[in-house]
Amino acid sequence: MTAPHAPTPSQTIGPFHGHALPVVDGGAIAPVAHPETITVHGYVYDGAGEPVPDALVEIWQPAPDGSRTGAPGSLRRDPVTGRAAGRDGVTFTGFGRVATDADGRWAVRTLPPGGVPYLSVALFARGLLRHLYTRVYLWEEPGDTLLASLAADRRATLLARPEPPRTYRFDLRLQGAGETVFLEFSGAGRP
Amino acid sequence: MTRTTAPVPPRPRSCPPYRGTRYRTPARPLVAVQDPEAVELTGPVFGAADITPLDHDLTRQHTGEPIGERITVTGRVRDRRGHPVRGQLVELWQANAAGRYAHRLDQHLAPLDPNFTGCGRCLTDDEGRYAFTTVRPGAYPWRNHVNAWRPAHLHFSFFGTAFTQRLVTQMYFPGDPLLALDPVLLSVTDEAARARLVAAYAHDLSVPEWSLGYRWDVVLDGPCATLFEEDGR
Repeated sequence: MTAPHAPTPSQTIGPFHGHALPVVDGGAIAPVAHPETITVHGYVYDGAGEPVPDALVEIWQPAPDGSRTGAPGSLRRDPVTGRAAGRDGVTFTGFGRVATDADGRWAVRTLPPGGVPYLSVALFARGLLRHLYTRVYLWEEPGDTLLASLAADRRATLLARPEPPRTYRFDLRLQGAGETVFLEFSGAGRP
Repeated sequence: MTRTTAPVPPRPRSCPPYRGTRYRTPARPLVAVQDPEAVELTGPVFGAADITPLDHDLTRQHTGEPIGERITVTGRVRDRRGHPVRGQLVELWQANAAGRYAHRLDQHLAPLDPNFTGCGRCLTDDEGRYAFTTVRPGAYPWRNHVNAWRPAHLHFSFFGTAFTQRLVTQMYFPGDPLLALDPVLLSVTDEAARARLVAAYAHDLSVPEWSLGYRWDVVLDGPCATLFEEDGR
């Protein structure tokens, strides 16, 4: 059977997801006290330059060894109380989820991705009919034609700014001056 | 290695009647990634530790029963080829029967229900099936325009086999007169596509003396890295 099934449309995440989707340790992707841990943080701004306090940021990335299989355990639950239990502190799941705070700020602690120079981001917010994809490039690598295809000012929106030691700043601008490059993937891989 | 990128024609992404889109919709076209090695063609996985056996039943999360009309919602999650999405996380959140969320910023003058938080989750089975028990949410006002009311809806979040297939959306109830008036639903401009957001009442899923049943199947869009092997059979 090859006839594609018609996709279910996206709808906005709305303003009231903060009690449902973010979890304890959602941004603590790196195992506890891992010496290679990096911090990636920034703000989300709208087209009026105002911070976005009700966004959800999801991160997906390869493990440091390049593995892309991920692992369960990003959203662990305590079977006794039913509440979020946090991560086990050991497993690298490759996935993170954090809400922006009242200042529009988000932060994750993770390990550098293996084999690629970027973290993948899905951004959800009230007012977005569909979520937005982008990438946090932690460094530039020759041969990365996504970066190479972009004009310098656009490319700059995908490059995290190093704040040594081991910290990177990455702001997301939804619209207007310095608007972040957002991605779509319908031509990648297989339909 | 990234092969090439080119701007794609913009599709409708903002919706003026839904005012919240005004400053949040990017003005520039999305940039197409055509890299067969893109990380986004794989995605996160979840397992037994990420859910508890009661998470799918929103009526059993407190000491008492929530007020409202008890319903079950079930369906299958598939990709564009019709393959079931197995063992993946489905999340549900919603307002209570009076139309209020258990969220501090929701100050709608409707009562909170101490026995209802309105958040559920489950993993799909081998056929891609999910199932929730909950209460039917109430409609509620919002300040998009004068006398604006959201039709009753459930918020859903789905993961596919690839990050590209991520989906957050809303499910509606059949026959609701507010559907024709809702800028959020109408932001989906194609009528047939809008219809795919409305569940079907399923009498075979209703349980005598207990609950009303609804069926809602979901198809995740977007490419992934695993289809080739499956098609090679």
